[in-house]
Amino acid sequence: MRSICFYFQVHQPYRLRNYRFFDIGEKHDYFDTYSNSFIMRRVADKNYLPMNALLLDLINEYGSAFKVSFSISGVALDQFAEYAPDVLESFKRLADSGNVEFLAETYSHSLSALKSREEFEKQVKIQSDKIKQYFGVEPTTFRNTELIYSDEIGTMVADMGYKTMLTEGAKHVLGWRSPNYAYTNAINPKLKLLLKNFQLSDDIAFRFSQQSWGEWPLTSEKFVDWLNNIDQKEEVVNLFMDYETFGEHQWEETGIFNFMRALPGRVFSHSNYTFNTPSEVAETLQPVGPIHVPVPISWADEERDLTAWLGNDLQDEAFDKLYSLESKIKNCGDEQIQRDWLLLQTSDHFYYMCTKWFSDGDVHKYFNPYGTPYDAFINFMNVLSDFIIRVDTICGSPKDDRKDIKEMAEKLMDEMEDATRKKIKSSKKKVKKTIDQGKNIKFDDIKNMSNTAIKKLVKEVDINELTIALKDASTEVKEKVIPNLNKKARQTYDELQQNLKTIKKADIKKYQKAVEEKLKELFRK
Amino acid sequence: MRVLMFGWEFPPHITGGLGTACFGLTKGLAKRDVDVTFVVPKAYGDEDQQAVKLVNASDVPFDITDEEYKEFWSHIKYMEVGSNIIPYVDPQEYTKTYEENKKTGESFTSNVFSKHYEFSGTYSLNLMEEVARFALIASGLAAKENFDVIHAHDWLTYPAGIAAKKTSGKPLIVHMHATEFDRSGEHVNQQVYDIEREGMMEADKVITVSNLTRNIVINKYGIDPDKVITVHNAVDHTMLKDAKNIKKPYKEKLVTFLGRITLQKGPEYFIEAAYKILQKDPNVRFVMAGSGDMLNRMIERVAHLRIADKFHFTGFLKGDDVNRVFSMSDVFVMPSVSEPFGIVPLEAMRSSVPVVISKQSGVAEVLVHALKIDFWDIDGMADAIYGLLHYKGISTMFQKLGKKEVEGLKWENAALKVKAVYESVI
Repeated sequence: MRSICFYFQVHQPYRLRNYRFFDIGEKHDYFDTYSNSFIMRRVADKNYLPMNALLLDLINEYGSAFKVSFSISGVALDQFAEYAPDVLESFKRLADSGNVEFLAETYSHSLSALKSREEFEKQVKIQSDKIKQYFGVEPTTFRNTELIYSDEIGTMVADMGYKTMLTEGAKHVLGWRSPNYAYTNAINPKLKLLLKNFQLSDDIAFRFSQQSWGEWPLTSEKFVDWLNNIDQKEEVVNLFMDYETFGEHQWEETGIFNFMRALPGRVFSHSNYTFNTPSEVAETLQPVGPIHVPVPISWADEERDLTAWLGNDLQDEAFDKLYSLESKIKNCGDEQIQRDWLLLQTSDHFYYMCTKWFSDGDVHKYFNPYGTPYDAFINFMNVLSDFIIRVDTICGSPKDDRKDIKEMAEKLMDEMEDATRKKIKSSKKKVKKTIDQGKNIKFDDIKNMSNTAIKKLVKEVDINELTIALKDASTEVKEKVIPNLNKKARQTYDELQQNLKTIKKADIKKYQKAVEEKLKELFRK
Repeated sequence: MRVLMFGWEFPPHITGGLGTACFGLTKGLAKRDVDVTFVVPKAYGDEDQQAVKLVNASDVPFDITDEEYKEFWSHIKYMEVGSNIIPYVDPQEYTKTYEENKKTGESFTSNVFSKHYEFSGTYSLNLMEEVARFALIASGLAAKENFDVIHAHDWLTYPAGIAAKKTSGKPLIVHMHATEFDRSGEHVNQQVYDIEREGMMEADKVITVSNLTRNIVINKYGIDPDKVITVHNAVDHTMLKDAKNIKKPYKEKLVTFLGRITLQKGPEYFIEAAYKILQKDPNVRFVMAGSGDMLNRMIERVAHLRIADKFHFTGFLKGDDVNRVFSMSDVFVMPSVSEPFGIVPLEAMRSSVPVVISKQSGVAEVLVHALKIDFWDIDGMADAIYGLLHYKGISTMFQKLGKKEVEGLKWENAALKVKAVYESVI
């Protein structure tokens, strides 16, 4: 038995509204609620609801033989809940059948895997929780945004505990090898890889209604013939495509629904294939070897690289400016900031800025709200400019920390300067006061003077005169002066003190006056 | 004195500075007792398209029934010539003249060719044909009308002016608002150049809107310097709306470029200067308002320099939003490579916004309170902008004195000079 593995990508971005220069700093509602709900409703009616019903019919008809898998981006799930709850219900019914596997990815269908491991893991966790919340199962298979994959991304995914991952069977990566086997990650062999068979997938997704195509019209008979032409040894055909293929990219009138309705029956009656989910395929198949993907690949365009989202100046500027906010937002508690941060990362915003001339340009035009990549860029940057202002005001950021420190330092400097100024002022006052005191200094004030000052004074005056002046001075004055006399002066003083018995009061006064004059002179200096 | 004047547009149907200037001048002349018969071709039905295609802050509609225009209309006779009409029919049938006289409430509603009407666009391939047809009509008019002097504005009307001169023998004045070199750089359209040159050779006097234009006329068209007189444009204050008082919702200063995003206006120099400033001071935003054939290249350049979070584009702005941008701006920059006059800086100054203008603009010859730089001197431009953003002394001075200076640029003064030119040839 061989496997056909159907995987459908379901995604609708939150498109931005026409956000003008004048709105920057003023308005913080970035999303076009009207057209988002309008588009969601339209795709629901043309695509999601009829196709879900068709798949459910097939499951009821063929039981466990018919299985498919979905990756529904978190932003699509949230828009279902908001604008098309009936779609969400119908997916839940598919989930309840047990024949449908839901894959993990990033919540906002972002390119975070290319930029930040931390942010990538955070978004995968949000998405995985969301799948569990809606469909009751925890995903074990991983599908990154637009099948973007590299060795490095693969190891991150493996480290998070996923066993299987889907990516593109890009020619430049596979070389002579066939996509119809299981492979492993080049670094961590525990992660199994399922590769898209882009020939057969794109026959349905892109060429189905192309009347210029030599094989048009495509029938289930023809398709099963092609499946049978594949070497019997090849084990799995991975048919990965946008779910919007059914009814939106390929309108109902093209016969796409009838084709899908007839396909399983034809497969069962005319081939040895059965339908399996990615995790079933990965479990049963023995990987044939590692795939080396040093440079990221995707399922987009002829190039199968990242140039649909990144690479031109517009895209790189927008992308780098957005992710420069990550460190600030990481620890930000504001819910609306966190929400907008996720929604602005949606890869579609960068896709609209693509300036490549595509052979499959039609898909680029699909629900593109902008006339030119330049319009897309300007609008996104206007929104981002406002978002940056909000992040800077609301979230504590390293830059703000620096600013705070700078502010604190400045404040400290100011305070110090202030204190110094006050000190200088008060010492000036003191000096002035002392000088003022000096002007009317009295002999008795000696008792308040410092020892240094006294020593100075003693040197300046005649010791004989001083002794006389001290004759009827208060003990306080005497105690102040006498210890400050040098040895010789002390001797003179003691001798004179003994000999001076009677001295005229006037003389004492006279010499005290002389000392006072000397003191005043000293203060002036 | 009576003047037969040929123009290509007249408010409110204007595509640029020419219409505004013609209107201002005729108003000024009316005040100086000069009677004007103003003849314009009219491209019926193209008004909307013009509004979308063209970017100019002067594109402000006004209501000519206002009281203040009564005086004006007593001196002005306004004629429309339906020229944008399918070819191969006798031009005589297309001549439609009527006298606009809203003052007395008379109205003329005839459009006799509505059946044959086919829009060819103001600057269509048939332009030359229309210019020629306009001339034919002009010679008919000149024979009928009574006037002393003929005055033709810009090359489109020169064949008409020459024809009128030939039929009437009256002196001709041609008015150079812009030369082909201003519009196209060095890649001039030979046909247009030839018409411009012939007009000036045939004219008795040539009026230029600036000495810059005068030099071009003398050096590149070989016109006798004695014949060429500069009359600087002025500002029609009734055409300018009052500045709004809007507070910027962010702390960064805003530096503005407003104009068509074309080679002539030098938008790339503004971007390079912005880049230099942002390296030094991240607290500045720049906005490029307008649209034009270089817009996408400018967007790519800004993205390439990684300054798109601080350098914004608005696309084409309509009247009210122009005032809004001015009221938010801290500095206005006009880095034109070649600007015969340049009225937008005056509007900025009137909104109390300090301006940096290129020396390659006619308006630089009349303004005192503006910083002037060479358009290619990116460092100088960055210096000037940085200075006005950070040194309060000069910016407050410019805000105060600039406004007054603009208010002093009156059309009646310019009209007096034009009248002197008329008198010199009669």
